[in-house]
Amino acid sequence: MNVLNKEQERFDVEALLPWHAAGTLSRRDADRVEQALASDRELQRRYALVREEFAETIHLNESLGAPSPRAMEKLFAAIDAEEARAPRRRASFDLTGRLSEFISGFAPRTLAWSAAAAALAILVQAAVITTVVVKDPNGPAAIGLANKPSDGSFAMVRFAAQATAADITNFLGAHKASMVEGPKPGGLYKVKLTDSKLPADEVGKIIKQMQEESKIVSFIAVVQ
Amino acid sequence: MQATPDEVLIGRIANGDRLAMQVLFARHHVRVFRFVVRLVRNETTAEDLISEVFLDVWRQAGRFEGRSAVTTWLLSIARFKALSALRRRPDEELDEETAGAIEDPSDDPEVALEKKDKSAIIRKCLTGLSAEHREIIDLVYYHEKSVEEVAEIVGIPENTVKTRMFYARKKLAELLKAAGIERGWP
Repeated sequence: MNVLNKEQERFDVEALLPWHAAGTLSRRDADRVEQALASDRELQRRYALVREEFAETIHLNESLGAPSPRAMEKLFAAIDAEEARAPRRRASFDLTGRLSEFISGFAPRTLAWSAAAAALAILVQAAVITTVVVKDPNGPAAIGLANKPSDGSFAMVRFAAQATAADITNFLGAHKASMVEGPKPGGLYKVKLTDSKLPADEVGKIIKQMQEESKIVSFIAVVQ
Repeated sequence: MQATPDEVLIGRIANGDRLAMQVLFARHHVRVFRFVVRLVRNETTAEDLISEVFLDVWRQAGRFEGRSAVTTWLLSIARFKALSALRRRPDEELDEETAGAIEDPSDDPEVALEKKDKSAIIRKCLTGLSAEHREIIDLVYYHEKSVEEVAEIVGIPENTVKTRMFYARKKLAELLKAAGIERGWP
């Protein structure tokens, strides 16, 4: 490298010193500055000047204080006025967005552990289900799903919005019913009422009883 | 527990979430205020301007594409508002403030020198820089903006950012020299 090139390189590196002090250089440029500093005493001296300016600029800015609450009050008054004039159309509940946001809150290490735990949980769950199906002659019906949905009497049910999973499980248990399909369009589920096909009037009685539990059932109809 | 990223807050603000707006404001309003007050040199004006900056965020959040950091976007809006306010200000008011701002730093610093307070002199000289030079020094040192980000905020090429920073520091060295501090640079 000739003298001219050396001078240019030094000038280029010196121009980067303020960003090096602030820690905002790319890894590559930071390495370049570090290398130059390691062997150039004059550059080291100039870097000390930069660090002095850096410290005093922070000190100066920190001494400027903060705005009064008036700034926030004025902002939200303006937002209220805008909303009153033309309410903003809010997007519908964005489950994917919320999930992304939730996941983005974790550190990579946490995510890795979560993924491993989730994979293990799936394996354990698969093993348990397999064991239940193999050992229990009643199969999935024992955990709420009918094994032969074509037999028996059925109804289509839509559960009330406020009904919890526990409410629904208790409801099905109390009526000796089980869920066989769903959710279908409109939030409907096909529920098996009895194992054998009952006369229409008896099915009607069961439906009426179920309808009375309005906190759990919002809609119910017989399925032929 | 990690804080909600700024970009996520902007997404929520785009959907009209006032709480997200409060969080973003609480997180950044002091720094934006300091950036603006250093440009307009008037606290009341700066307070009004930061309300306008965040109102623009409320209005334009849906258009934020995330190609730059939210703080870079905030400072870009703030800079535009501050310069517009300076242009609207009557000339005589501007002259008075400019004169006050660029007063010969050799008065106070002499007193300060007697106290051997070099830091106070440097700060005094930092306030004596032109708006253009104050701005770039604040962006680099206080707001920790990279060359690329400063270029985006100020609207100049990256090489010009480096050159402007060099001249801002050179001017600071001249002011310090006039105040009795010889740094041997440039």
